[in-house]
Amino acid sequence: MATTLPTGGLSRRAATLKALTGAVRGDQIFRILLTTAALAIPALLLALLAVLVRGARPAIAQFGVGFAATKTWDPVAGQFGAFPMIVGTLLTSLVALLIAVPLSLGVAVYLTEFAPGFLRRPVAMTIELLAAIPSVVYGLWGVFVLIPLLQHAVFPFLRSLLGFLPLFRGVIYGPSVLAASIILAIMIMPFIMSVAREVLLAVPGSQREAAMALGATRWEAVRTAIVPYARSGLIGAIILGLGRALGETMAVTMLIGNRHDISASLFAPGYTMAAAIANEFNEAATPMHYAALTYVALLLFVITVLVNAAARFLIWRVSRGGVSGRNSA
Amino acid sequence: MSTMLDAPPTARTLAPRITVEPRQPVWRSAGNDEPAIEVRDFSFWYGDVQALQGVSFTVPRRAVTALIGPSGCGKSTFLRSVNRMNDLIPETRASGDLIVEGTSVYGSGIDLVAHRQRVGMVFQRPNPFPKSIFDNVAYGPVLNALCAKRDLPELVEQCLRRAALWDEVSDRLDEPATGLSGGQQQRLCIARALGNRPTVLLMDEPCSALDPIATQKIEELIFELKREYTIVIVTHNMQQAARVSDTTGFFDRGGVLVELGETHQIFTNPRQERTEAYITGRFG
Repeated sequence: MATTLPTGGLSRRAATLKALTGAVRGDQIFRILLTTAALAIPALLLALLAVLVRGARPAIAQFGVGFAATKTWDPVAGQFGAFPMIVGTLLTSLVALLIAVPLSLGVAVYLTEFAPGFLRRPVAMTIELLAAIPSVVYGLWGVFVLIPLLQHAVFPFLRSLLGFLPLFRGVIYGPSVLAASIILAIMIMPFIMSVAREVLLAVPGSQREAAMALGATRWEAVRTAIVPYARSGLIGAIILGLGRALGETMAVTMLIGNRHDISASLFAPGYTMAAAIANEFNEAATPMHYAALTYVALLLFVITVLVNAAARFLIWRVSRGGVSGRNSA
Repeated sequence: MSTMLDAPPTARTLAPRITVEPRQPVWRSAGNDEPAIEVRDFSFWYGDVQALQGVSFTVPRRAVTALIGPSGCGKSTFLRSVNRMNDLIPETRASGDLIVEGTSVYGSGIDLVAHRQRVGMVFQRPNPFPKSIFDNVAYGPVLNALCAKRDLPELVEQCLRRAALWDEVSDRLDEPATGLSGGQQQRLCIARALGNRPTVLLMDEPCSALDPIATQKIEELIFELKREYTIVIVTHNMQQAARVSDTTGFFDRGGVLVELGETHQIFTNPRQERTEAYITGRFG
C-alpha cells in the first residue's frame, strides 16, 4: 500500500483549502441550476400568457371585454362571444362539485374512521386506480353506458320528481350539461377522495382521543374534532377537484352536446371553454375564428388563476379562522 | 368575550346557578370511606399479549392515587381501561371486574358516553383542540348538553379558575388554545376535563412533556383538585408520586401489581423487595 501520507501541516492545509473551494464551487453551480429551474416555472407561465395575448389580439381589438358577455358565436358571420361557454364551464364544474364533494368526503371519512381494517387498503387503492384512467375512456363509457342510462331512466325520473324547478324541465336529449357534470363528478371523485383520505389520516390520534375521552361518540369525534382539524386540507382537496373539473376537456366534449347556448335546464346541451377549443381549433376557418378561440383560451387561463387564488385565500382564512372565533357561545 | 363577565357583579353573578362541583354519585352514599374504584382480578390483553395479570385493588375517593413502575408494566393500560380508551385499539380483551362508582366498566349495560363524561382524562401530551380557549373548555358541556348556552361563560370561567388558568387567559378567551405554552395547554386540558363535571380524573403522565416550573404548577393543581375529585395519576417520576399522592401502587413488568399502600409507607418502608429495589433505583 503506497499511499502518500501528508508530509507536513502546510501541504495538508493546502489540500483542505482546495477541497473546500471545490465544494464551494460545486455548491454555487448547484445553486445556479436550481435557481434557474425554479425561475423557469414563472417564466413559462408568463410566456404562455404572452402567446395567448398575442394570438388573441385581433379578437380583443374587435370585441373588447364584451366578448365575455356576448352570446352569439357565429364563425360564418364573424361574430364571436364566449358567454355560453364561460357559463357552461362554471356550471358543469359547480354541479360536478355538488355531486362529488359529499360523496368523496363521506368515503374518505368512512375509510379512515369506520371501515373494517381489511377493507381500507383495497378500497383506497382502487380509488387511486380510478384516477389513472384516461379521460377519453371515461368519455366513451359516458357515451355508451351513462347517456342511455340517464336518457331513459334517470332524467325522466328527475323530471317527474323535480320538474317544478326550471333546472329539470324541457326535452331530454341525452348529451347535456347534467351528463357532462356527472361524468366530471365521477372523474374528480378519486382525486378529492384520496387527498381527503391522506389529510384525515394525518390528524393526530390525540385529537380523537381527546374528543372521545370527553364523551364524544365516534361520529361526534369526527364531526367536532377530526374534520375541523383537517379543514384546510379538505378544502385543498376540493380545490384540486375543482381545478381538474374546470380544465377537463375530452370526456366533457363527448357528453355535453356542444351547443353555443345557455339554457335554464340542466337537460339541455351546452358547451365549455375547453371543449370549444378542442372541437373548433383545427377547423378554424378565418383568422378571426382562430383569434376568438385563443381569446377563449386566455379567459380560461384567467378564470383558472382567479379560482385558484380565491381558493388559496379561502384556505388561508379558514386555517386562521379555524383556531380563533368562538362559534358555540 | 361576553359582556357578562366584564359587568360589575350583580346578584346573578354573585350567586351562580351552575357549578362545576362534581356530581355526587346518586347510587351510593358518598362517604369518603367507600372506594371510588374497585378492581377485582382484572386482566387485559392486546391480542395475545397479556398486559395486566389479574390485579385487584381499590382506589379511595377524593384522594390521589399514583401508579408507578417501569415502562411496559401495564399502569397506562390500567388507566386507559378505566374510561375504556383502550377500545380504540383493535383486538383488545379484558376480564375480571373494574367498578367505577358502582358501575361495572366492562359490564354489558354500560353507557360509554355517560361513563366517559364522569371519568375525565388528561393525556401525556397536551392535546387542546385547534379552537379558541373558550371553545376548548365548552366542548364537553356543549357536546353533552350539560348546561344552557347562556350559562356557558360562567361554567367556562369556573373551570378555568379551578384549573388555575383563569388569571392568565381571562382577557383572551377568543384566542387559539394552540398559542398557549405547554404548561398552560395542559392546565387547559384539565379545565376541559372539568367542564364535564366528572367525579374521577385520570392523568396519564401529565407532566412528562413539561418543564419543572409548569410541572410544579400542575402538581399544586392536583393537590387542590383532590378535595373534590378522585384522581388516578400514572407517572414515571417517583418524586412526583411521593409529592402528590396519598396512595401509591407499584406495577412491575408483565402487568403485576406488586404492592399498593399509603404513599409514605411505600416510599419509606416498602413490604416487597421488588418495590424497594425500584424506588431506590436499583432497577427500572
